[in-house]
Amino acid sequence: MSPRQETPHFRRLIAIWAVLTVVLDVVFYFAVGPHVPPGAMSSSASGQQTDFIVLFMIALPVMLAVWVYMAYALIVWRGSRGGDEEPEGGAKARGHFGIQVGWIATTTVIVLGVFVYGTVELIVPAGAGGGEGPNPIWTPTSHDVLPIQVIGQQWEFTYRYPTFGGFETRELMIPVDTPIAFHVTSLDVIHSFWAYQLGVKADANPSSDNVAYTTASQLGAFTVRCSELCGLWHGAMYNFGRVVTKAQFLVWAQSTERQNAANTKLLPPFSYTYVPDANGADGGYYPDNVDPYSNVEQYGATSPSK
Amino acid sequence: MGRGGRLAILGALFAMSVGLVVFTVMAFLRSSPPTVDFTTGHQAGTPVDLTVQTVGSIGFGPHPTWVSYLTETPGGQWVHTTLWDLPAHTRINVTLDQYDSGSPLRNQQLGQIIGTEGTVATYNGKPESVIDSNDTNGVGHTFTIPTLGISVPLVGISPNAKNPCSVAPCTSKYDHNVIKFSFMTPGPGQYPWQCFVPCGLAYLYGNGGPMQTVGYMDGFLKVVA
Repeated sequence: MSPRQETPHFRRLIAIWAVLTVVLDVVFYFAVGPHVPPGAMSSSASGQQTDFIVLFMIALPVMLAVWVYMAYALIVWRGSRGGDEEPEGGAKARGHFGIQVGWIATTTVIVLGVFVYGTVELIVPAGAGGGEGPNPIWTPTSHDVLPIQVIGQQWEFTYRYPTFGGFETRELMIPVDTPIAFHVTSLDVIHSFWAYQLGVKADANPSSDNVAYTTASQLGAFTVRCSELCGLWHGAMYNFGRVVTKAQFLVWAQSTERQNAANTKLLPPFSYTYVPDANGADGGYYPDNVDPYSNVEQYGATSPSK
Repeated sequence: MGRGGRLAILGALFAMSVGLVVFTVMAFLRSSPPTVDFTTGHQAGTPVDLTVQTVGSIGFGPHPTWVSYLTETPGGQWVHTTLWDLPAHTRINVTLDQYDSGSPLRNQQLGQIIGTEGTVATYNGKPESVIDSNDTNGVGHTFTIPTLGISVPLVGISPNAKNPCSVAPCTSKYDHNVIKFSFMTPGPGQYPWQCFVPCGLAYLYGNGGPMQTVGYMDGFLKVVA
């Protein structure tokens, strides 16, 4: 057989791969994309959803290239009893410089592109809903940010609203279209605040203020779970938050502030971190180098000398 | 005995050993305190009276020094358990006899009474909606059902009590506080409840030991239709 009459395997492979890639990427984008978790309830959630879609659409052609080649080889180049002899060396067994360079160049561009894309995606939506530690690098551009403190303890989360008198409640209510700064901390062991539909996840470490930002764009309920194994009732450490209108939030916050006023007076002054009570609850525990009776840092404790 | 016979005996012994280990592990994993049944004979629409007590040390069993809850059965017998079968959509009248002492709360937010009927509880007959844990004998424990939004702090007895109870079950002749409140059970399901005061003496943050063991400071409401 002359070279002109050889089957154009490469062109066939490229054609099959290109058609499948276009069809499946388009199907994925329109049919699956809107349902990719965690949804689009907030700026951070929709950012994560977009990232998952983009990453999948980039990965799909690579995956298809491998699968299509494998399927093609199994079908077209399979051996048969009594068929042609297996090629041993020669032109057919030689590597193809162009393909090797093309493969390395393409995968390098993809990996570097994903690296740049991922970095930008962390910066643009103000940390992408992740805990940024006490000194966030990426903050919202808005100056009108509502701070909400998330306090983890075995085994529940409570929430403190410093701009409403510092009341503390087990309910998490946030207004729509308002940048929120979650200040996440713990009174005992390490927990992790995961507001799933909001795309927010930040570790709750004792004596640490871990800040995460988001802006809710849809009304509705979301789930809060602890995502750090923290003891017997870790599995039961969840509750539900709500995104409400700004007017509804104001009504709720002001009424809760009134209802909880008696207990709010007994709470310690608002602080971004607290040291667990030193003298209370048998087995109280606190860092060695911290005054457990500090006016600023103590959390509910009273010095025996007072 | 031939080689085959010896191998058969060895195989049988090995199988028996494995079986014994599996049985022991499963028995340990499946062990659980008894469940007190408040549903048998219950007439729909009538409330259920649930009486429990907290003690500073249980005084018996594998962990005699551990703090614990106990439950009184409908027949008047005290049982070391925190598991209850309760009827759904029923008012539960809780009487809690607190025989343990208290201390300031780690988180005063737990001093607030929530989720009970009227959002109050009575302490030795006096209704309260908030307990200042710094201004009383402190709070020894809480009765909290997080998934139902119910929490009641249990004020401790005086640290200078003259007649404290040291071995459970305690009787009313010992110093104690009586805390009463009511709540409604939801639909059928299992609802974990727990004490939120880290009262596990000598454990990290006070949250180990009895705080992590069902039958002591944790339990389940098994609500049935």
